[in-house]
Amino acid sequence: MRRAVERRTGGTELMASVVGTFTVDPRARAAAAKRRNRGEGRTAWAFVSPSVVIILGLSVVPVLWSLLLSFQASDLVSPSRWVGFANYRTLAADPLFREAVGQTVVYTALYVPLSVVGGLAIALLLDRKIRLIGLYRTLVFVPFVVSAAAQGVLFSFVLDPEFGAANSLLHQFGLPAQGFFSDPSQALYLLVAISLWSGTGFCVIVYLAGLQSVEPELVEAARIDGAGRTGVLRHVVLPSLTPVTIFLVLFQAINALQVFDLVFVTTKGGPLGSTTVIVYFIWEKAFKSFTAGYSAAAAYALAVALLVIGVMLQVYQRRVKR
Amino acid sequence: MKRLPFSPWHFVLAPLALLFALPLLWLLVSSVMSNSEINRFPPALWPSRIDLDGYRFVLGNALFPRWFLNSLLVSTVAVTANLVLGSLGGYAFARMRFAGSKPLLGLMLATMVIPFQLTMIPTFLVMKHLGLIDTLGALIVPSLVTPFSVFLFRQFFVSLPRELEEAAWIDGCGRLRILVSIVLPLARPALSTVAVLTFLSTWNDLTWPLIAINHDTNYTLQLGLTTFQGQHHTQWAAVMAGNVITVLPVLLGFLLAQKAFIRSLASSGLKG
Repeated sequence: MRRAVERRTGGTELMASVVGTFTVDPRARAAAAKRRNRGEGRTAWAFVSPSVVIILGLSVVPVLWSLLLSFQASDLVSPSRWVGFANYRTLAADPLFREAVGQTVVYTALYVPLSVVGGLAIALLLDRKIRLIGLYRTLVFVPFVVSAAAQGVLFSFVLDPEFGAANSLLHQFGLPAQGFFSDPSQALYLLVAISLWSGTGFCVIVYLAGLQSVEPELVEAARIDGAGRTGVLRHVVLPSLTPVTIFLVLFQAINALQVFDLVFVTTKGGPLGSTTVIVYFIWEKAFKSFTAGYSAAAAYALAVALLVIGVMLQVYQRRVKR
Repeated sequence: MKRLPFSPWHFVLAPLALLFALPLLWLLVSSVMSNSEINRFPPALWPSRIDLDGYRFVLGNALFPRWFLNSLLVSTVAVTANLVLGSLGGYAFARMRFAGSKPLLGLMLATMVIPFQLTMIPTFLVMKHLGLIDTLGALIVPSLVTPFSVFLFRQFFVSLPRELEEAAWIDGCGRLRILVSIVLPLARPALSTVAVLTFLSTWNDLTWPLIAINHDTNYTLQLGLTTFQGQHHTQWAAVMAGNVITVLPVLLGFLLAQKAFIRSLASSGLKG
């Protein structure tokens, strides 16, 4: 313990002499360090315990509880009954669950690449010093702060088959009226489009920030070496944006796999189950048909799938780095 | 400001920006249309005159102002609590030595990757056991502090030079005093980031209120809005007026604090 203290004060002393802001007597500093460490544990626990209790209490406890629940038949009210792996077996054979997985995959597979690539393209367009550029950036980003509920209400209105502005516009161009959310072949794609409208701005902002940190020396060097615009983009700009891209792909994928609010407000999973995504399936099983154990099993299946994808990505990333 | 020359890029950028702005513009426009104009076929694309009946209807509704206050209360408490508890926890993890601090921090970080749908049913059960279901408490307790807030504060405090606190230690200042009077005044970027992100996520949340609240006097704006839509199907102007009021606080906050807002989101992305 004392050695640790000495090493630490030695370290800070060195730092202090380098920084040169404060020149304090080393003995006074050692005394202060000693005082600091005495009873430090108790103060530290007082500082962290509210966060620890709330965060762990509302994550670790539920994670374990969910696992237990997935082996039970439960309606959230009456005492639950142990059923072993029955929930998982039913799940594996449930066509509705399979559909929900498929629709979530389609939604994610469209939303993630389109928002990330679109975000990069728009960020490259917006990364220039011209008049009104601040306004353009604001307008592209502003849908991001609109809640999914508000987006849903707004687009249900715009896309109302009878009274909506969208069909009115189509009518003016002489195009046939569309069913939009009432058409099973369109609803899921409309949800992707709305999410792109609101979610691409986030990618734009993160990429714009990333573009600021591309080293001008590298760009200059590439130019001198005779690289054109596309050459600089391909060999300098894009590689230096790779960490940003990886973050965005993960962030957008996590959001896409958990899409719920927008679905709840616009289609409630319909028509004909065509927009029932996984989280909607889980919510419906737990809080509408009151089969909470079954719902917990579905949530666990999804979480394990996410975990596997996450681990695979980590492994892949490490291999690429080598 | 230096005047910049006109650029042909405007021909690309202006339509693009307009595409993103159009739905929100349409939201504003339709909220001041009269119901007869909205329900006409084909619907009018521009109001002939500004009609505030939608707003009058919404604000005169007994529940709507209440939902607004509920949302405001939940978000305010969440922001305040995240700033206080997050900075306390973050400071302890950054600067103080206590048994088990490293594994504890690791565990807290690990909870960030737990998907919400895995915890939503048992969180409902935990809240039920605490007797909080169908009260605003059920909305407040889970949002009091997030691992992200603690982690963000920790990262910021670690990057501050220790020397700033050294003199105060020697003068015998306690940890709390050092945190409040020396560290936090320097931590404005961290404070604003946590405040912005907490407000955005609590104000805009729908899933958890939907699960935790039954009685309509305890609804938040987002939840109220979704039921509003069904109840007043013919009253689209009112629904759109309610929607504008729901979106407005976030939008105004964003426009007022645009720089801090964008910086905090962008940096949360870059450090993630």
